[in-house]
Amino acid sequence: MTNSVARPDTSLVELIDVARYFDVSPPWLNRLLERKPRALLKAVDGVSLAIAKGETLGLVGESGCGKSTVARLIVGLYRPTRGEIRYAGKRIDVDGADPAARRDMQMIFQDPYASLNPRWRVADIVAEPLVAGRGRERPPKAALDARVATLLEQVGLARADGKKFPHQFSGGQRQRISIARALAGNPAFLICDEPTSALDVSVQAQVLNLMRRLQRELGLTLLFISHNLAVVHHIADRVGVMYLGRIAELAPTKVLFTRPQHPYTRMLLEAVPDLALTGKPRTAVAGEVPNPLDPPAGCTFHPRCPHANERCRREVPLLKPIRTAAGAVGEAACHAVEEGRLAPMTPVGA
Amino acid sequence: MTAEALLAVKDLRVEFPTRQGTLVAVDRVSFSVAAGEVLGVVGESGAGKSLTGAAVIGLIDPPGRIGAGEIWLNGRRIDKLPPEAMRRIRGREIGAIFQDPLTSLNPLYTIGRQLVETIMTHLDLAPAPAHKRARDLLAEVGIPAAARRFDHYPHQFSGGMRQRVVIALALAANPKLIIADEPTTALDVSIQAQIIALLKRLCREHGTAVMLITHDMGVIAETADRVAVMYAGRIAEIGPVADVIHRPQHPYTKGLMGSIPSIIAEREQLAQIDGTMPRLTAIPTGCPFHPRCPEVFDRCRRERPDLMAAGATRAACWLVAEAR
Repeated sequence: MTNSVARPDTSLVELIDVARYFDVSPPWLNRLLERKPRALLKAVDGVSLAIAKGETLGLVGESGCGKSTVARLIVGLYRPTRGEIRYAGKRIDVDGADPAARRDMQMIFQDPYASLNPRWRVADIVAEPLVAGRGRERPPKAALDARVATLLEQVGLARADGKKFPHQFSGGQRQRISIARALAGNPAFLICDEPTSALDVSVQAQVLNLMRRLQRELGLTLLFISHNLAVVHHIADRVGVMYLGRIAELAPTKVLFTRPQHPYTRMLLEAVPDLALTGKPRTAVAGEVPNPLDPPAGCTFHPRCPHANERCRREVPLLKPIRTAAGAVGEAACHAVEEGRLAPMTPVGA
Repeated sequence: MTAEALLAVKDLRVEFPTRQGTLVAVDRVSFSVAAGEVLGVVGESGAGKSLTGAAVIGLIDPPGRIGAGEIWLNGRRIDKLPPEAMRRIRGREIGAIFQDPLTSLNPLYTIGRQLVETIMTHLDLAPAPAHKRARDLLAEVGIPAAARRFDHYPHQFSGGMRQRVVIALALAANPKLIIADEPTTALDVSIQAQIIALLKRLCREHGTAVMLITHDMGVIAETADRVAVMYAGRIAEIGPVADVIHRPQHPYTKGLMGSIPSIIAEREQLAQIDGTMPRLTAIPTGCPFHPRCPEVFDRCRRERPDLMAAGATRAACWLVAEAR
């Protein structure tokens, strides 16, 4: 377990007030003739977080909350509009950043059908990170073959599977291939963007168990993104809840799931159907996520929040440590929590 | 099979003729749904749950066909009806809700027009009362400012609101049975909770029975009265929802329940069923689950088990017979 606020010396990845805006304005002529304004989509708007070495940080939220954009910002598929991204203390979001940092991180994507090249043999797919961009440093073929075989066995596939093509595998097996490919370059940091969302539950269990085992064995640091709270509860040490491009709450998993602070987190936990809750009436949650092109002023959650007041409609809440009798256990961006207006929630399922 | 069952399915078999031979996607499936009851049908991809629903509503795409078995609705056999008669039953007596609310609605017509058309097709109403009923339905499924939204097109609605419109369409003619195939799968959790609550409330108020097909055991736990667990085109276990979830008898149900992560229970390791569901081209002999079953014995490889009473549920497993 880690401290709720990881100090810079222990954190591997650090985001400082990172924002990413997308220009989704209508074409110039439409703006001119129809007097349409420019439109800016604030996919990520001021996210600060630190991931400690060896920990698993889960990131949850509903569609469009910006969780995948955070992943893409960290691996460098997008440049941040504002803010800093540091890896092992060094900035990686600028020109001339050390390419070694990029090799140290790998990503696993949601769709195992789209993320593997159908014309390549599995062995070539898995070996690609060892070969790409290395020029003469490329390892000799025998060493490469041996490494690929080890990797395939590590993720529960057979050595002979390297000769096959992706279409010969099921969804779960393909996700194992993706994991083997991600592990090929001995990364320290893995970003998993909904890695089990396309899989059936029994297969999802296989992949989650595998990822946990590999993390323990290899000492990996994980950023695990999912819309499924139960999956994140199972795999993460700490969890961040995102809403409309910002972090609403960030706390150790156990704390977040037993004593959620932010009204949005409470609402999400109430909404998840769980096997243990058979027959329990569910509190119906009102409202929907607002249009991200025209987010509400102040706290973006205020139109759906039962505790909103004048201040919430005006002032954007910042992510601040939650003070309880036992000390700071997590962080929440909520005026009501900060002012102590919110009664503590009864633990879920207690 | 009780006499008062609203829907009774007996030994249903859905098959697809191919050049390599006939693939059996649903094999000897029997169940019934009582009036006002919610029957959950759960299973992983390819288990045959959607095809079972499609067979009931008569929407199996050729070359697929019902190879054997009977489907009875309200004491009337409907699996052999001509297409025209079946078309009158769809919508009037059986409503349908599908996963993707955008493809269930016609993008070129306003939702009001689609509702009125459905109502006038199935009920003997003049345009004015049909309009009124459509407006009432929209308000009933919780569309804010229903009167104004009446003339909007599907693309002007969010996913959750569209699914509400689809539910209004399914309820338009007051059917006795609704087939809901993954109605909440495309929605976010908070919206999913709203839709489930809505579906439950409406079915209680209208006395509508629901066959709820989903892969999400949590949704079933919240909604269904009874649940059928399908595996490789067959029902592995069927019974009251609390019993199937908390006291499963079939090894597949046990493994499935253990593999679902929970937001409450702390578990170091999820239960794991090794392997995957067999393809239709290679369904094992005997019990289709036997290659993955931790408790397999000789008889499982030879003979196919039928559903037999086990505790409060019925399971298709030879262990149950052995235990007697």
